[in-house]
Amino acid sequence: MPLLTDDQKMLQETAESFLAEEGGPAKQLRHWRDTGCTDGYGTDLWKQFGELGLTGICIPEDQGGLGLGAVEAALVLEEIGRNLTSSPFLTTAVVGARAIEGTAHAERWYPGILSGDAVLALAVDESSRHAPEKTAMTAERRGNGFVLNGAKQFVVHGNSADAVLTVARTAGSPGETQGLTLFAVPKGIANVESVTLADSSKAARLRFDNAELDADAVVGEVDGGWAPLSRALGAGRAGVAAELVGVAAGATAMTVDYLKQRKQFGKLIGEFQALQHRAAHLYGEIEIARAAALKAAELMDSGDDKADLMVAVAKAKAAAVSKLAVQEGVQMHGGIGMTDEHDIGLYMKREAVLGELFGDVYFHRNRVAELSGY
Amino acid sequence: MTDLDTFRSETRAWLETNCPPEMREPVQSEKDMCWGGRNWTFQSDAQRVWLERMVERGWTVPHWPRDYGGAGLSPAEAKVLKEEMARIGARSPLSSFGISMLGPALLKFGSDEQKKRFLPEIARGEIRWCQGYSEPGAGSDLAGLQTKAEAVSGEEGGDHWLVNGQKVWTSYADKADWIFCLVRTSSESKHSGISFLLFDMTTPGVSTKPILLISGNSPFCETFFDDVRVPKDQVVGEVNRGWDVAKYLLGHEREMIAGMGLGATDGTLGSILRPDDPFLRAEVAAFDVDALAFAAMSERFFEMFKAGEAHPASPSMMKYAGTELNKRRHELVMAAGGSDALEWDSERSSEGKAARDWLRTKANSIEGGTSEIQLNIVAKHILGLPGA
Repeated sequence: MPLLTDDQKMLQETAESFLAEEGGPAKQLRHWRDTGCTDGYGTDLWKQFGELGLTGICIPEDQGGLGLGAVEAALVLEEIGRNLTSSPFLTTAVVGARAIEGTAHAERWYPGILSGDAVLALAVDESSRHAPEKTAMTAERRGNGFVLNGAKQFVVHGNSADAVLTVARTAGSPGETQGLTLFAVPKGIANVESVTLADSSKAARLRFDNAELDADAVVGEVDGGWAPLSRALGAGRAGVAAELVGVAAGATAMTVDYLKQRKQFGKLIGEFQALQHRAAHLYGEIEIARAAALKAAELMDSGDDKADLMVAVAKAKAAAVSKLAVQEGVQMHGGIGMTDEHDIGLYMKREAVLGELFGDVYFHRNRVAELSGY
Repeated sequence: MTDLDTFRSETRAWLETNCPPEMREPVQSEKDMCWGGRNWTFQSDAQRVWLERMVERGWTVPHWPRDYGGAGLSPAEAKVLKEEMARIGARSPLSSFGISMLGPALLKFGSDEQKKRFLPEIARGEIRWCQGYSEPGAGSDLAGLQTKAEAVSGEEGGDHWLVNGQKVWTSYADKADWIFCLVRTSSESKHSGISFLLFDMTTPGVSTKPILLISGNSPFCETFFDDVRVPKDQVVGEVNRGWDVAKYLLGHEREMIAGMGLGATDGTLGSILRPDDPFLRAEVAAFDVDALAFAAMSERFFEMFKAGEAHPASPSMMKYAGTELNKRRHELVMAAGGSDALEWDSERSSEGKAARDWLRTKANSIEGGTSEIQLNIVAKHILGLPGA
């Protein structure tokens, strides 16, 4: 895998300083949580993402974006993870932008995404476990449009999204990847129940009861939704992997710092070998997870056959490593780590949500096995 | 077409013509590897021809300068060569501590004369080297070595070192032609009284004794030095500053051990084992995730290392992670093999390959610095933890 180019390093530095300054937990996550914000993030910050061009990271240049790829998105997402930044960047600028790429919806939504006005979300899960091909929600043709029936859950930012990309069955039966169609469902169609997740982020449960939708809501082809959905999920999974690496790195930096300051038994606790070895192990695991996330992104960008396998590897590895990092983080902080006042617990909560998003560690291990033919 | 594309197509064509079909079969046992040296007996004509052809192109050490027997390839070209060899399953033409350990140290610390004398021999596989680091009682405390080298003025003209002491865990000392060896030249300071010395294993006073391992094999030896006379100019780097050379070389050794046994196959472990038990399948899948992620790290580390962007202590992290992973791999191979894998000696067992390989991997996290030592190094040099 090639090293980062100068342009990529510059992007990384931009994201790093911007998010450490504006996107950090005190200014964003805690603020919006404690003020009871219904979106879960600040619209000003999202606009700033737009001003910096970051919202257009995956949007082609001829449509006003930066025309960059999954590697660049990963660099930004790692910083988002490190700072626990509250932002619809992943669902909108990465997952949403990729899903509608090359379809009629690109013209409709790209300008809003670019300016930081529009927010998109992806609705896939119908139970508490991620299983896209098991989609049972139906979309029946009626007149010039469709009638939707069914329910979705764990729709991150689905409560404030201007459009929710929703996968439903227009043919076939649950378990099949054929016969699925992706719709861009505008606000006001579904019954929305707003959900606050463990990490204070906002999601939605959506219910569709004979909800009517125009035919132009279809993203791509009718019955051919698996293609844009796979594109969106691939980008989402690779993106979450990168964000999880950031969560792991942020939590571990905080923990290592604490080991160098906290005294017990007249010594810095960082002098104890039992803790040193655990911290050193974590360091290596994070480096490995980061390499996997970057490799997955790189293979996606080059359209390599192994991209799907590596994305599954990256998501599974990053989730496992991040879980270890937050658990060790809270444990090594001791009592203070259990308080709401300290940020380390926020990392634990964010990891739990991201670990689950677009397939948990077991889902992706199983996928690695299936893609390897066993 | 870029220069690299041209290089790739030329390399591919050359390998296609010149790599004998027998040298594209997977390595089954140590016998299949070519170690070279004065006493080497080729296992087949193909093994000999393959080595000769690769030596002629400088491709046993492709990135070394041409003057020293290499091909002067850029990192990108060396990578292409590696990829093209892997594509046809070509065996390494030469396995050599000279290439993986001593060579890099000589390139960095050796005098011009030493480079000219030793490097081409290493590249051609003419001298087989062993490493004299560990000593009885020193173990992980590598600098706690006792083997002494005293400067003596020779009565027959020419100064020399007089070496006395004992080494242990000297891999293949009984088969090696020369040794690169850490010796104490001053007792004033633990780390700055060590020198890095090269000498011929046939020098009077050198003797070796194999150590039988739990795997039933004996790659390691005890090595004894009894009044061994070594010419003065065979110290690499400065006298008493051998620790710098040793540390540099250890980085390369750790890198080599980290990669041992991993990435040797095309597919995942699961695609080879085809586990039908759901619980074993889950464990193998978890392993494959870790192994593929580690492979991505190895690749990234290699690039960073070449670009000078790797932390000097990062080989310790690689060694720790890679060897722990390799042990896990062999535990799973044994589990999937069931009772078949336990056959040490039978008509079907091919000399207990599965069991012997499994037992051999247990040394991975001990040799070249234990896992615990590697974690100490990461804690101190990368994380900057106190008192480590």
